Amino acid sequence: MIVSFTLNGRSRTVEIEPSTLVADLLRENLNLTGTHVGCDTSQCGACVVLFDGEAVKSCTLLAPILDGGTLTTIEGLSGPGGSNALHPMQEAFHQNHGLQCGFCTPGMLMTAVALATKNPTPTEAEVRRGLEGNICRCTGYQNIVASVLAGAAAMHAPGSGE
Amino acid sequence: MSNVIGIGAAPRRKEDFRFLTGRGNYVADIKRVDMTFGVFIRSQHGHAVIRGIDKVPALALPGVHAVLTGDDVAADGLGSLPCGWGIHGSDGLPMKEPPFPMLAQGKVRFVGDMVAFVIADTLELARAAAEAVVIDYEVLPSVVGVLEAVRPGAPQLFDDVPNNLCCDWELGDKVAVATAFKKAAHVARLSLVNNRLIGNPMEPRAAVAESNGGTGHYTLWTTSQFPHVVRFLMSALVLKIPEQKMRVVAPDVGGGFGVKQFHYGEEAVITWAAKRVGRPIKWVADRSEGFISDRHGRDHVTEAELALDQNGKFLALKVVTLANMGGYLSTFGPNIPTNLYGPLLSGVYTTPAIYCNVKVVFTNTVPVDAYRGAGRPEATFVVERLVDVAAKEMGIDRVELRRRNIIAKESYPYQTPVLVEYDSGDPMGCLEGALAEADVAGFAERKAASERDGKFRGLGYSTYVEACGLAPSRFAGRLGARGGLYESATVRVHPTGQVTVLIGTHNHGQGHETTFAQIVSEKLGVAFDNVDIVFGDTDRVQFGMGTYGSRSLVVGGAALSKASDKVVLKGKKIAAHLLEASEHDIQFEAGVFSVAGTDRSKTFQEIAGAAYVPHDYPLEILEPGLEEQAYYDPVNFTYPGGCHIAEVEIDPETGIVALEKYTAVDDVGTVINPMIVEGQLHGGIVQGVGQALYENAVYDDVSGQLLSGSFMDYTMPRADHLPNMTIKTHSTLCTHTPMGVKGCGEVGTIGSPAAVINSVVDALSHLGVLHVDMPATPNRIWRIIQNATMPLAAE
Repeated sequence: MIVSFTLNGRSRTVEIEPSTLVADLLRENLNLTGTHVGCDTSQCGACVVLFDGEAVKSCTLLAPILDGGTLTTIEGLSGPGGSNALHPMQEAFHQNHGLQCGFCTPGMLMTAVALATKNPTPTEAEVRRGLEGNICRCTGYQNIVASVLAGAAAMHAPGSGE
Repeated sequence: MSNVIGIGAAPRRKEDFRFLTGRGNYVADIKRVDMTFGVFIRSQHGHAVIRGIDKVPALALPGVHAVLTGDDVAADGLGSLPCGWGIHGSDGLPMKEPPFPMLAQGKVRFVGDMVAFVIADTLELARAAAEAVVIDYEVLPSVVGVLEAVRPGAPQLFDDVPNNLCCDWELGDKVAVATAFKKAAHVARLSLVNNRLIGNPMEPRAAVAESNGGTGHYTLWTTSQFPHVVRFLMSALVLKIPEQKMRVVAPDVGGGFGVKQFHYGEEAVITWAAKRVGRPIKWVADRSEGFISDRHGRDHVTEAELALDQNGKFLALKVVTLANMGGYLSTFGPNIPTNLYGPLLSGVYTTPAIYCNVKVVFTNTVPVDAYRGAGRPEATFVVERLVDVAAKEMGIDRVELRRRNIIAKESYPYQTPVLVEYDSGDPMGCLEGALAEADVAGFAERKAASERDGKFRGLGYSTYVEACGLAPSRFAGRLGARGGLYESATVRVHPTGQVTVLIGTHNHGQGHETTFAQIVSEKLGVAFDNVDIVFGDTDRVQFGMGTYGSRSLVVGGAALSKASDKVVLKGKKIAAHLLEASEHDIQFEAGVFSVAGTDRSKTFQEIAGAAYVPHDYPLEILEPGLEEQAYYDPVNFTYPGGCHIAEVEIDPETGIVALEKYTAVDDVGTVINPMIVEGQLHGGIVQGVGQALYENAVYDDVSGQLLSGSFMDYTMPRADHLPNMTIKTHSTLCTHTPMGVKGCGEVGTIGSPAAVINSVVDALSHLGVLHVDMPATPNRIWRIIQNATMPLAAE
């Protein structure tokens, strides 16, 4: 079937089997391998992307639902057109050592961006609850939480453009 | 020279950018032209005889290229998966070492054991073909627990391994310990279980292999912590492919924790299969497959006794452990519960006599091998739990009892009764530091507040030491290591003065690209941004043993330091020539070579340029080029350690244990990058907290099925389980590593389980509880509370 949607700011039309999962569409068909798959029970959150602004687990989302919608992946988070400018949340993870092996990082970032968009001034407890669907095995979460708090503040700082 | 970022600074990490922007290159991201897909068929039974395998229905499907089995492996004369350690029992005889075939031959011995490999054009087709292969099993009784496995009449995994006993190992002075126990004023006794864990790095294991029919070369991309060792073992022992024709690449790897430091059968099978089908093959484990095939960790059953005099001085320690090896010996398997366990039973204490007996036992479970800490968390848990039990029974304060037995700073170097000599340390300093940081003085008030809310509050200590920096080769060789454990580094200075480091360790989250660049920046005076670190590719890096056992900085960093010194030495020779001075008069400081007592000098860049593009060069006495290599073999282990203090609050209504506070003061020697060290501590501690409160690999003892085989059943620590931790360092310098470093990758995981369980027991001590096995789940804690308060109503 044919599915048309906006992917990282660009219109895309793809022909897919209706049973295709969004994570597989991104990784296998579109070569966007920044979205990771870390489990098979929708528990780990490494595959989180933004669909119409909501953080969703792309390993459990069937691709036909994308039709007419807007999808943002980790590759679309930084500046457009291959720019190296980091999103404030990415910069916050960098500054606060919020990543180690990097595998959970794309999902963490997408979850964090959605969280901070909805709640511009989250508390530490709200961030910890908000990350409940994302597993990290490296960091013990402490620096991820610090990153999300700093990233949320930066996203909503005057002049941040958010 | 500007932009030097050296030892002790905390630059943000060089490796971050690619991970933050989705540009990491993990094995599962790799695509090759004409690539096929492989699926492993794994045993669904814990223990069974394979009566027959019918490949025909699968091979009949269009697009299926091969179904390979143990018979094909045998027909091609391939070797089995080697064990890197050969230990000996107390009888002097070598351990029982049955072969570990890369695909099962005749019998399967655990759920997940590999039976066949199916290769097809697409993943869907490979999965369908795997379903179509018919395997005729004769199911046998399984045995999954060590106590059951050594009982008479237990199912036998191997015909030539009676009672499933791989090795009956011992360490220490049995007679001295028995004598000391006779003099004891008190003996504290404890039976405990160290729960089986599954490492679960977030990136599942994966491999891509291809063979070049034209040149006879092979390439294997694999999620490995030690690609050179994988190549060496495959070339020398398993596939017997000439080593120079074999390239193994471990690109970005999404966490290891030990799980990826073994040579897995999948790596050998896929490489061999790529040649047979003549096309690249990709295999990516899903998480369920990881649960039943990634090597597991821990799984001990232990009886321990501590003898004390009337003043609480430790007289002797006796430990008897049954350690689960699973169905086969993995790469480091038998080394973990023996050599990395027994020698740590001295802890930070002056215990004069120690005896340890470990029975290493085969069962119908996933092979057990190293998982972060590997042997040392188990030892620390025994010692630190026993100290608390002794304190309680003797009515001595837990901290006071530790103070009476801790090795004084002045006593280092300290020879323990169990082989190792601690070179340096200050455990008392760590303890005092942690007491202050944790606000122990304010605990009584916090406990009273909890009680007002109907909750129980507890405080737990763990003062501990570990042995890392694996490993001093001579020492390891005496213990049974079948190879040396040194590390290598090459410092390649380019004509521009920029530097590439080629190192045999592997970076999969530890921040090596940053830490190692800081070492080079400091030693050569070059800009931090001008140093790149290359690892993980046998075609680029000379050789290396990889990353495990907190060895990367300790052993690899030492090799890098040595290689950098050699660069300076050669630079001095070049400078001497250019400056027309004696080599002995050349000084090197902050990136400048100068003639002592003069203003004549050359920058590092000028020397590098002269080394490669020489117009006027003393070719008769000096080779051009500026690239140096060094190998380093440590003379001893390093001994990081410290004091961890956990504080928990328990809700007696639900049994939920909430970790409220966590404080660690650790001695990791010289700190190169404090930001990275703190991050390593955070992650390590939370893995230990996971063992103490959440994680448990559980097998059904009849069928041998893994009951905790997904993230739905195996509880991983999550962000909302945890408080912010307080991490401090209290460093003494290692006396034998070049920079005084001790390593920091495992300390968190080693110190924390005991601290957490000691705090849980403390919270329940008013109920007469002396011990709680891990994990302290709500169910377990609720039952303990019910049994203590309503003994007749409980089951």
